[in-house]
Amino acid sequence: MLLKRLSAAFGPPGQEGEVRDLLRREIGPYVDKIWTDALGNLLAEKKGLEEGAPRVMLTAHMDEVALMITHIEDTGLLRFKTMGGIDQRILVSKPVVVGVKKVPGVIGSKAIHLVTPEERKRAFMLRDLYLDIGASSREEAEKLVTVGEGAVFNSSFCLLGDNRVRAKALDDRVGCSALVEILQRQYPVTLIAAFTVQEEVGLRGARVAAFGKDIDLALVLEATMAFDVPDSKPHETVTYLGGGPALTIMDRTLIADPALLASLRKTARERKIPYQLRRTGTGGTDGGAIHLTEDGIPTVVMAVPCRYLHSPASVIELSDYHHLVDLTSAFLSELTEGRADK
Amino acid sequence: MKNILQRLIYAFGPSGKEEEIRSVLKEELAVTGLQLKTDALGNLIATKPGQGGRLMLAAHMDEIGLLVTHIDDKGFLRFAPIGGQDPRNLLGSRVVFADGTMGTIGAETIKEAKDLKIDKLFLDIGAATSAQAEEIVQIGSPAVFAPHFSHQGDRIIGKSLDNRAGCALLLAVIRDLPPVDYHLDFVFTVQEEVGLRGARTAAYHLHPDLALAVDVTRTGDTPESPPMAVELGKGPAIKIKDTSLISHPRVRDLLKETAHSRGIPFQLEVLARGGTDAGSIHLSREGVPSGVISIPTRYVHSPAEVIDYRDLTNAASLLSAFMQQEQLFPDL
Repeated sequence: MLLKRLSAAFGPPGQEGEVRDLLRREIGPYVDKIWTDALGNLLAEKKGLEEGAPRVMLTAHMDEVALMITHIEDTGLLRFKTMGGIDQRILVSKPVVVGVKKVPGVIGSKAIHLVTPEERKRAFMLRDLYLDIGASSREEAEKLVTVGEGAVFNSSFCLLGDNRVRAKALDDRVGCSALVEILQRQYPVTLIAAFTVQEEVGLRGARVAAFGKDIDLALVLEATMAFDVPDSKPHETVTYLGGGPALTIMDRTLIADPALLASLRKTARERKIPYQLRRTGTGGTDGGAIHLTEDGIPTVVMAVPCRYLHSPASVIELSDYHHLVDLTSAFLSELTEGRADK
Repeated sequence: MKNILQRLIYAFGPSGKEEEIRSVLKEELAVTGLQLKTDALGNLIATKPGQGGRLMLAAHMDEIGLLVTHIDDKGFLRFAPIGGQDPRNLLGSRVVFADGTMGTIGAETIKEAKDLKIDKLFLDIGAATSAQAEEIVQIGSPAVFAPHFSHQGDRIIGKSLDNRAGCALLLAVIRDLPPVDYHLDFVFTVQEEVGLRGARTAAYHLHPDLALAVDVTRTGDTPESPPMAVELGKGPAIKIKDTSLISHPRVRDLLKETAHSRGIPFQLEVLARGGTDAGSIHLSREGVPSGVISIPTRYVHSPAEVIDYRDLTNAASLLSAFMQQEQLFPDL
């Protein structure tokens, strides 16, 4: 399963090489041209069947939230910072791998026996934590890792029941996987695929990805938060698993193009593909950077609802993923000449 | 200018849903002979082609608002803020949707003032069930403060003077357009309140040599307000800096010099928190020398903002005189 291989790949912001190589091999047979830009975005063009049809950018980000090694102690233990939005409270005791060589390690702190009653009242934060790769001295550690290397969660990909998946980095390997599937079909429009870098640290790859490519409209494929759990009130769920891909109306970085959004919803209704609206104004995606490129690009975001986002074990429902692929493909098939209002 | 300002205030236009305010502006611009264009994000651009330099004048036409995110069984709506909303202003306020549907904002039981957060607030549109509510609004429907306009003495009290005052000012200058030969683009921008977005793509498209934004700014002249050396009625404010921009020294000084020589009262503005379209414009492409003429405004982002009408007319005089300066494009 492609999603499983993508999830397992190592891809901290700025260190997306393994994900990029995997994607390049996967899309090679289905596109006319592939290249990597100065920031590391993987770009591909797939010519449309119709002359003069719009040029549509499809994006998904390759990077995942991660840690970066900042210091090696004399004891061989590593200090680190977070890259992207990681809740520090969840880090303790998590298995991780460091660097492209995937040196295994674990995030350590005091065992419970040593924690004082006062300390138990608060979570372990970065200053209390270190990364243990089994080295017994700085010299030994330096043979395995260097300062500046990233580290990602080391958690397995597994099916929960028939239809749900638990894995790391589903944000946004689920979008990458969907984009690969979409590229395997033919459309009237020309597709420019952008697998972007450094989304988790500020939509950076996306800021340059659409520049100079004469893009008429853009679709961003993402994973977004689902809060369909017992401690949320109905108006706080944002999205729920199994309700279909979530379309963004507004987030912190983007107000979706109204005509494009209406057109997507129409396609979904006509094809009887379930979808939901993302019910919050928070969060941000590559769409925030893309729609402001040059003189502006009508942009929408479609996301697979995902529980426990940015954690070692996120959960999605596969039907939502398949519906995202179906909706995007159906929409692209119906697009002909002109812009967003088709 | 007052009648136009009132008309603009009554036009619906939260960030991302600027159709109505844009069409009102288009009507006002139709008689001016300028070339009109709406770009991909919805910015309305009014152009007078010319030679010898390109000047961009921007005023945002969007206003802050709310976006419905949830409809409950009893017909209450939950919402997300569009732009900078203070929950203290929202509680008890009336809002309207694009179709005129009115709503009032209530709150869950709140024990202490500091617990008053937007997620504790809800909107009541008089619906008794979710089905009734859904006949009127949907998830994603935006609303704005109910429009209001009063003119009392020299002062105007109104909704969304931020930035319909700036739009009215640009319209006034266009109606009495100074005789200039250079290329002029007036831009009524979208999505300023959510991050100076429309101005960014408009500036890229128009590639100006010089730009001014016209917007409102805060004042320090109300009881126990945070200190700020801007008052109502003391003239338009020439911006020195805000969070998004340090005004280009040449543009700033030319504005000051223009005001001095024409005897137009003015104040200098250092805004501790806040930004304007010029923040986006000056970083476009290889950089654009940019400045801002600000209209001093009390209670910015509340349902009832206050300006002094004389500041608005003086701001129009200042802009008009500035446009006729000979040193606008020294490098060309």
